[in-house]
Amino acid sequence: MSNGAATVPRNRTEIIELAGSWARRNVWTLGLLGLLVVVFGITKLLQPNYGAAAIQGLAINILPIALAAVAQAIVVISGGIDLSVGSMMALASVTSAVLMKGQGDLFGVAVVGGVLVLGVVVGAINGGLVVATKVPDIVVTLAMSFVWAGTALLILNTPGGGAAPWLMAIISGPLGTDWLPKAMVVLTVIVAVVWLPLRRSTLGLTLYAVGSNPLAAFRSGVAVGPTKIVAYALTGFFSALGGLALTATGGVGAPVPGSYTLQSVAAIVLGGVSLAGGRGGVLGPIIAVIVLALVRTDLFFAGVDPNWSTAIQGAILIGVVMFGSLVAMRKVRA
Amino acid sequence: MTASVGTSVKRAILARIASLTEGGWRRIIRDQPIIPLLILLAALVAVLELAKPGIVSGNWLATTIRAATPLAILAGCQTMAMLTGGIDLSVGAVASMAAFLMATLATGQGPVVALVVAFAAVAIAGLVNGIGIGVFKVHPLIMTLGMSLVVLGLMSVYQLLMVRSGTLIPDAIQWLGSGISLGFVPNSLIVFAPVAALIVIGLRRSGYGRLLFAVGDNPIAARLAGTRVWQVLVVLYIFSAILAAIAGILIAGNTNTATVSLVEQSVLPSVAAAVIGGTSIMGGRGGYSGTIVGALILTVVTTLLTVLEMPEAVRQVLFGVIIVVVAAAYTRVSGEA
Repeated sequence: MSNGAATVPRNRTEIIELAGSWARRNVWTLGLLGLLVVVFGITKLLQPNYGAAAIQGLAINILPIALAAVAQAIVVISGGIDLSVGSMMALASVTSAVLMKGQGDLFGVAVVGGVLVLGVVVGAINGGLVVATKVPDIVVTLAMSFVWAGTALLILNTPGGGAAPWLMAIISGPLGTDWLPKAMVVLTVIVAVVWLPLRRSTLGLTLYAVGSNPLAAFRSGVAVGPTKIVAYALTGFFSALGGLALTATGGVGAPVPGSYTLQSVAAIVLGGVSLAGGRGGVLGPIIAVIVLALVRTDLFFAGVDPNWSTAIQGAILIGVVMFGSLVAMRKVRA
Repeated sequence: MTASVGTSVKRAILARIASLTEGGWRRIIRDQPIIPLLILLAALVAVLELAKPGIVSGNWLATTIRAATPLAILAGCQTMAMLTGGIDLSVGAVASMAAFLMATLATGQGPVVALVVAFAAVAIAGLVNGIGIGVFKVHPLIMTLGMSLVVLGLMSVYQLLMVRSGTLIPDAIQWLGSGISLGFVPNSLIVFAPVAALIVIGLRRSGYGRLLFAVGDNPIAARLAGTRVWQVLVVLYIFSAILAAIAGILIAGNTNTATVSLVEQSVLPSVAAAVIGGTSIMGGRGGYSGTIVGALILTVVTTLLTVLEMPEAVRQVLFGVIIVVVAAAYTRVSGEA
């Protein structure tokens, strides 16, 4: 990957070749993009008025789930899984809401910084426990999901607190043109500033290496344990962002985790991140979140009972994963 | 950190209790986890009696077992799935579906038809789980999560269709789920005793039970030895769904309610009970007797926290800490010995 970026393509065929190999590597993401276009087209057919305002609402709605999906993607890429994402989001949400209520803007900025640090610490505790106890990650993070959800409930028993006005303003409304929702810009900036440099760095490479083959990574001199802890800390960081997004979209802190953990797992699987680790990125999961949200919108416009959408979401999840493993099995046989 | 302190304290206590060598105790914890678990259970009951003298009685025993029974059955689903290296997170949705189908159909069609339909529906859900996991090699976590979404969604749609009929829990089911005979025997034992015996003996003695261990211990070796792994998994997940349905119907009988998310909150505790009972999520190690004690331990801890007037949040935190500490202790003991 870094080789492709480093060599300057000399002629046209080389550029086409590079584009071709990029497309082959990202075939799943490209497929998802195609699916997104199709689903968007269906939305437009069902509801010709579907436009800028609706897209702004959509962007705000998906922001917490998209951040949860990014959080889950990072830890799964490094070969783990974190079932406490939703609980960490709840913890970050209530902490920020309780501290921010009735305070000034400057203090609000400090709170946001503090909550992000809290997310890193909480995530690092998850990762530290996984590495130190050698207990399977599913068990540790499932147990920690109780712990963080309980802590969130101790901080705030019922939805309450408040959000700083600037935090709510930062994600609502459009930026420049009506078609560019601020929430989407925020998401893009966060991913571009945090994840892209990371992925290009040595640390990013070691995350993928540890996920794809821990033994080989260890023998190549990668410190596997610390890398895993860093991956969990990053997941905690993005979960904290997701929690802040919850506070910002709702205006209050929500102590109950909701179904964000499940949705994040569904999104990364649809987004082409291999549960075996070492494969995928964060773009696919984000697109998957948008597709799933649009499918729900479509079902609503088509007059389908909203309760069907849960069942359909589950069926899509199962269907896509089955399709993916069928493709993988055929490849192995061929 | 906590784990190592916990084990060292445990080790010190154990060393004083008996003159057995440290290695001997390790072997016991690894091979017979039920002995230290029973000691822990007894200690918890002692603490409970200290916290509220007089609480431990025949009636207390009955209510504790009554509360632990559905949890133990759900944990049985997890135990068997975990032995093969899987997990069944659809037990909550499937159990709720069974209870809800039974309760809504019992009003018009009568209890027998209602039960038949309920069990047929869960068997289909289990079959689909098993085909996804066994044939299509979908990760059990994803497959069962997806299945729980599908089941929950379908039940919500069904709920709207059946909104007029209302729900009815048949008297016999209420008697089974909530009744107590002779002052200390919960009637749910009539269902639970044979189920528990079937699982405990089946896992140890039957060929199918050994296959579950074999598949979890080394799927490739099991396949090379001639095991049809996918058939083992399909049967497993159907059985798991049927067990979940039994648990759901018992809960409906005990609480005299049936909703589409009746059992959802018991999913994570069911995994916890199996982990505490000494079953490894990696497969190949564990058993059901430990799981039953694990379910009892969780129930007693819940009672203890209620007696101490701790908020629900503290219970959650403590559940999480217990799971991590116990799982770490098992891993340490089995990894080092």
